This record gives sequence, C-alpha cells and structure tokens, in this order.
Amino acid sequence: MKPTDIKNPEYFHKVVDCQYACPAHTPVPEYIRLIAAERYTDAYMVNWQSNVFPGILGRTCDRPCEPACRRVRVEEEPVAICRLKRVAADNKGDITAFLPKIPAKKNGKRIALIGAGPASLTVARDLAPLGYSIDIYDNQFAGGGMMRSQIPSFRLPAGVLNEEVELILDMGLTVTFDTEVESLKEILDKDYDAVFVGTGAPRGRGLDLPGLKEAGDQVHLGIDWLASVAFEHTDAISKKVLVLGGGNTAMDCCRTSRRMGGEDVRVVVRSPFEDMKASPWEKEDAMHEGIPIFDNHVPKEYVVEDGKLIGMKFEKVTAEYDEKGKRSLIPTGEGWVFMEADVVLMAIGQDNAFPWIERDIGVDFGRWDMPKVDKVTFQSTNKKVFFGGDAAFGPENIITAVAHGHQAAVSIDHFCNGKSVDDRPPPFTNLVSQKMGVHEWIYDNAVADDKRYIVPLAPLEETLKDRLVEVELGFDEDTGYKEAERCLNCDVQTVFEEARCIECDACVDICPTDCITFTANGRVGTLREHLSAPAKNLDQDLYVSRILPTKRVMVKDEDVCLHCGLCAERCPTAAWDMQQFMYNVAKAGQEA
Amino acid sequence: MSYQKPKFRHPDLAVNELGFTKADYEGSLSTLCAGCGHDSISGSIIRACHELSIPPHKIAKLSGIGCSSKSPAYFLGKSHGFNSVHGRMPSVVTGAAMANRDLLYLGISGDGDTASIGMGQFAHVVRRNLNMVYIVMNNGCYGLTKGQDSATADEGSVSKKGDPNLFAGIDLAGLALQLGATFVARSFSGDKEQLIPLIKAAMTHRGFAIIDVISPCVTFNNNPESTKSYEFFRDHAEATGTVDFVPMREEIKTRYPAGSTHEVTMHDGSVIRLHKTSQHLDPFNRVSAMRVLDEHRIKGDILTGLIYLDKNSQELHDVMQTSQRPLNELSEDDLCPGNRLLKNINAALR
Repeated sequence: MKPTDIKNPEYFHKVVDCQYACPAHTPVPEYIRLIAAERYTDAYMVNWQSNVFPGILGRTCDRPCEPACRRVRVEEEPVAICRLKRVAADNKGDITAFLPKIPAKKNGKRIALIGAGPASLTVARDLAPLGYSIDIYDNQFAGGGMMRSQIPSFRLPAGVLNEEVELILDMGLTVTFDTEVESLKEILDKDYDAVFVGTGAPRGRGLDLPGLKEAGDQVHLGIDWLASVAFEHTDAISKKVLVLGGGNTAMDCCRTSRRMGGEDVRVVVRSPFEDMKASPWEKEDAMHEGIPIFDNHVPKEYVVEDGKLIGMKFEKVTAEYDEKGKRSLIPTGEGWVFMEADVVLMAIGQDNAFPWIERDIGVDFGRWDMPKVDKVTFQSTNKKVFFGGDAAFGPENIITAVAHGHQAAVSIDHFCNGKSVDDRPPPFTNLVSQKMGVHEWIYDNAVADDKRYIVPLAPLEETLKDRLVEVELGFDEDTGYKEAERCLNCDVQTVFEEARCIECDACVDICPTDCITFTANGRVGTLREHLSAPAKNLDQDLYVSRILPTKRVMVKDEDVCLHCGLCAERCPTAAWDMQQFMYNVAKAGQEA
Repeated sequence: MSYQKPKFRHPDLAVNELGFTKADYEGSLSTLCAGCGHDSISGSIIRACHELSIPPHKIAKLSGIGCSSKSPAYFLGKSHGFNSVHGRMPSVVTGAAMANRDLLYLGISGDGDTASIGMGQFAHVVRRNLNMVYIVMNNGCYGLTKGQDSATADEGSVSKKGDPNLFAGIDLAGLALQLGATFVARSFSGDKEQLIPLIKAAMTHRGFAIIDVISPCVTFNNNPESTKSYEFFRDHAEATGTVDFVPMREEIKTRYPAGSTHEVTMHDGSVIRLHKTSQHLDPFNRVSAMRVLDEHRIKGDILTGLIYLDKNSQELHDVMQTSQRPLNELSEDDLCPGNRLLKNINAALR
C-alpha cells in the first residue's frame, strides 16, 4: 500500500465517524467536550454554526451520527449524541454576543426564499450576515415549515421552535407569511438576483382501495391531519384509530391520536417490524404509550357500513428476500384480517408537488416530475433558481435540509458575485497537538465504560392528557456530563511521524484494541488479513506509514481505535502524537 | 498520564483452546518508562502463553528487584506471582518448584539481578537444571538507579552519561552454557517474530531454559554508542537461524532441505523446528555453541536465536527422583506412613 496522505482533509474527517456521517458535518466530539466542561453556550454555538437548529435537532434529529458512532463497534450503544445536543441547548446562556452582525448597509443583491422551513432558514442564516436583502414566503402563519406543521409539540415544544426560527427571521428578513406562492414566474418577475425553493415534500400519499370514496372524511392524510392539529383546526379524534405506515410520520400520527381522544390506536404496516422506516426510538416511544404495531399486514379494503367507515381489512404476509436483498411480501393465505376503526390516518409516504412552477421558465423537470437539480451546487437548469431540502431530491430530514441550505447559500453567493458555482470552497481544517506535559493531554483521554444513559420521560398519565407536554425531560447536567464522557474523542487523531520511530513496539504492546502492526508492506487485502487483529471492516481505512529502517511499515487499522492516547503515551520518541483535527465545512462568505 | 488501560478490546481477538483471548493474559498498566524494551518482552510473554493455551492459574511468575523484576505486574494478571529479594528469585523458584512441580515457573530477572547481586544464586539454579524458564531483561545498565553500567555492559560501550565502560561484560548466555544449562537462547525485545517462538520453546523445554533478551533502556542506555541500543543491536545482530514452534496437535506439513533444518520433539509432543542460517553452529553440541558464541563476541556481533538445546535434559526432579505427585498434594498419611511401617524399617536395619 502507498503511504497514507494525512494532508488530505477527508482522511482524518472519515475517522471522526459521527461528523462524517452527519450531512452538515457538525463537529460532534468538539461540542461534546464543551458540554463536559459545562461550556454549554460554546457547545451550542459550535452546533448553531453548523446545524442552525441545535435545540430543535437535539429533540427531533434522525441522528445519522449515532449508528456511525465508533462506540457501536466496541460495545453496544452509541453515545447519545442527539440528546447531548439538547443538553447544550437547554443550558446555554445568552448567545446574543456570539451571533453574526447583520450589516446595515446591504450588498445590493436581493434573494427570494420560497418556503420557511429548515432549508430556506439556513440559506437566510448564511446570507443575511453578508448583506443580502432577503424576502421569505410561506403559506403557514409562522416560520419553521414541517418542523412546525408535522412535528408534534410533545416532541418539540413551540417555545424551542420559535426561539431558533425567530433568531433567523430577526436578521432583517422581509417576511411574507400566510401566502401561497402560486407562480414561480411571478417571483422571478420581481427581479430577484436568485431564488431558493425550499418548499419541502408537502403532499401526503393516499391509498386508493375499495371503499375509500364511501369512507369520505373518515380517512385523512397523516401530514395534513398533523398540520391541522398543530394549527388548532382539529382538537379531537374518534376512539378507534388506525394509522397506516411505518415511518416517523406514522409514529407522530399515532402518538398525537392518543392525546386527542384516541383510545384504541393501532399502527398497521406492510413490512416486517425491523424494516420499518421509523427510527427505532420513535417506535419504542409509540409502544411505550400503549400503541401496538401490527406488522406484515397489507391493507386491502376500507369497510363501510351504512355509509360509515367501520374498519379496514388487511392481508397477512411474510417477507422474503432474494440474494440481492430485494424484498417481496408473500401472502400467508390465512385470510383477511378485519380491524375496527372510526378513522384512518394515512402515513405511507410523501411526494413533492410543484404545480406552481411553470414549465416554460427554464426550470427543467425530469423523472417523477422532479426538478433537475445539481447534487453539489443545488442549482436548477434556470441558473437563478436553486433548490434544497425535501424540495430538491425528495423527502429526507431536517439535518439534510440544513446541509443543502449551506451549500445552496455558497452557490447563491458565488452566483451573485459572478463566480462559478462549481468552484466549491475547501473545508477549514486544523490539526493541533493535544500534548500538555510529558504524558498529559488537553483532552480527557480516559475511556469511560459506562453504558448509554437513558433519557428520563415525563409520566405517561400527564403526557397523554395534553399534547403540548413534552415527553422527554432531557438529561440533567450530571447525566449529561456522564454521557459526554462516553465520547471517544475520535477527532483527536493518532498522528504518526516515521522519522522519529525507533520501532520499539511500545505502541503495539499497549494498544488495547490491537490497532497497530509493524509488518512488511503488501496489498490492501493481504495487509488486512495479517495485522495484529484482522481488519474486517472495509469501510474503515488503514493508516500506512512510509518504509521504516527495518524495511517494515506501520499499519494502523482505524476501525476500533479508542483514541485513548496510550500509543502516544508509551512512545519514547513522540513518533505518535494526539492531535485534534478540526474540520469545518466552509459556509457562504467564509472562503479563505 | 493514564492509570488504567481501557477495558474495550478488539471484537475479533483470537480465542485459544481454553476460550481465552490475549486480553486474559494481560496484567496491569506498565509504569516503566515509555518505550522500555521490558514492556515488549511482557507483550511477547502474553502472546506466547495465550498461543500455548496455558491456563493462567498454572503459571507462577517470580522475580527479584529492578525494572525487569517489576514487569511481572504487567503481564499474566491472573497467574501466581512472587516478587522476591534482590537476586534471590532462583532460591524461591527452587523451593516452589520442589513443592509443586505442576506449575510452569517463569523467572523474570535483569542484568543486575542476575549478573551482579544474584550471580551466586544464578550459577546454582543453572547447575541444578531446575525446570523453569529464566528470562533476563538485559539492558546493560541499572535503570532504576539512573543508568550506571551493569555487569553485562560491554567493554567500551558508552551509555547516555558519556563515559566508555572500562570492564568486560558478562555474557549470560556463555556463562549459562559453561554452567551446564540445557536450553540457551538470546533474543531482542524489539523482535517478536524471533522472541515469541523462543519463549514458547523454552516453556516446553524440560529443564533450565534461559533466554537472554537484549532490552534497550530508552531512558539511560539507548544512544547509538551503546551496544545495548536499538540502533546498535539492529546493526550487529546475527541470528543462528529461525525457530518455529509447532504445537503437538498440528501436523507438520512444510518440509525443508535436509541439513539446514532440525526438528526436535519436546516432551509434550510439540516440535521445535530450527532453520539454521549459521553453518558453523551445531545447536545440539555444547562445545560448538560455546565456540560460535565466542567468535561472534570477538567480532563485535551479537549472536541471537536458539544457541544450545540439550535433547536429553534431565531436570532436577528427575535427578532427585522426587515424588511424581506434587509435595503440596501429599497428605499427612502419605508423608507419615505410621508406626507399623517405621517398625518394619527399623527391623530391617537391625
């Protein structure tokens, strides 16, 4: 193998599994250390710079970071990254002094943002401090988009939502709410320098089965129903509720139903329980509230009697998978199952809808009637129009929308300044030794073997009574500290300097997880098999040194390195050093 | 400074016949200097014991005083241990081995503990061919008292202090040969590929097995002018050949050209396979071993690998025809057969 190029910022970035997995690449270990140091405001600001909505995401994020957490590979449970983010948000002090200044003198460029959800708000957050004049349009009465209409208050209290949304709206944006934009052409005719479309995936998918027509208004689209609850157009639901679908919207629908008068609330899903799209913790939360989940049930028919929906029929199936892992649902032949219902909520998916975008204004549409959007620049075929969030490539999640927003803002800034949008700014990186004394490190290198701490919940009888009572209480400061200590500090890199190494084997002997081997060089496959412990996880890189005096190379398997610093502590010549790697995605206007 | 090693281990660690991983043979976190050769030897001992599937409770590790003799705290945390008086480890092992012949005795000593204060004890434990493994962690200096030259420092060798050593060093391998040791090897802390098979072979050998392991003192004796430094050693080491240790249960498949490879079956059925690279050495001939060892020393080279092996070793228990059952398992009835038997004996003497 060739020596590893650690100058390539992506090499060490990939070692920081959580940050690498995060669409917005939030520097997770950095803010977790700040939480452990009780520097909540600083921890909050590290988050805010990167993901814009720490308080909201600390409650609602899909957490792509957690399955990636290295801890999963050495024990069972990842660090509760998401809930630690909430600890930072809950305990932060006054952040006003740390917020960007909004210039009184504008730069003369005008931007329109359509939709006031996470993607648009991120664009605004990045561009307003640069002097852009920003107009934002939304059909809801307040900003937040799906965070307001689809995420129930018992998961995300309005106060938390409002605080973080208003922080951005207060950056001198011209706000036009309660207004449906019905024509993109009209917006373009207002001579904006650029337009950003962040309208989400607003159309819930229905299920046209026999009896639908007769069932009438006893069948609702889940997201529309959630919105009408959020906006207080709906204040009750019948006793027997069937929720169809296995995603997070289904979980929000069933849990909201329980709070609106639903007594016999059931979730029915086609797929096996394990294949459901909902996050595992959301399924747990639903079941904790006494909501059973019936899996492997394919809906067949709405049953209507005397013009009134009385339930639905389902066919039981089993899932079979071919060699490629493709699933087919095979009927078990047990006959159809009837389940009673007064009302059915459909939460089987969401679609994009752009009836308001004229097809002759240069915005080309492709497959599934989706706009053609560049995956990197988020520019559409009309150079002035940019897309982001669910509107760009279909339903994802908040953190992905934020990541889109940042990149779209970079593109818009380039576009408005006559620079190429394809010219992407490199990330900001830094590598700083953590050496403080002979064997002392700036970071807390001891590895805690605590199991993951459980977030306490408010009593069920209280939360089920009132949909506005938040279910999760969040970690208190002490538990937050203990959970923060579980973080392995994967951003503190083991940096190897060949010229200093005397090949004494001290690092090999001390490494608790047998990551380091000195061996003859070879091809990747051969090397992976002949290390101190086999390197079977192909997603994780090998760090290979240049040839050493004994003609061997140092090979480090990054897979289960605990970043405990023992290799560097036991190294007599400081050939190993622990160096903190900072990686920040460049935002608009931050280019070097 | 870390005081504890993290508890997490690699999820795919190899498991031996007893179901143990390497981690089950570890000890507490070393307090020796960073980069100390002794820690590497500890690492080799851990791997050798794991690979041999020795139950940890069947090993007794004993030592004297010094950096070397601290090391047993850092490996085999679940084995028996005895940290004895300076240079007196051989007596304690002798007593222990006499009382319980069922344990594997691993003596850990240093150059000071063996070649100075413990020289008298060392000579006699070799002479008696006590069934033990005797590892000398040899760094040529008194590291614990700031690096004075020890009795194994070579003449002219310069330690960090800067003065050449005035006296000829004691060659422990040569001395052991002279005293009648039945297994003599030399190795280097920084060469696990050589050291681990040698430790395994020594542990299978029945009788006194000494491995003189050059183990650089990174703090006081690792400058290039020192003959016990990483640099000097790597430039001047010459191996007698390579040693393979083949456990009893494994079939020997590879064949080597006749003459260059010797296979020795140990008493437990395992095989040591020695691939010679030195033409002049006959590792089964004490005189040849002594001659070749001397020749290398005169040239200024360090001979490593298996130097001598007595295939017909008779260990102390054999020589003394002691009880097959360990003494500590003999009851009062066994040891004191009673008045009737005594009368018979007395009668026979009348």
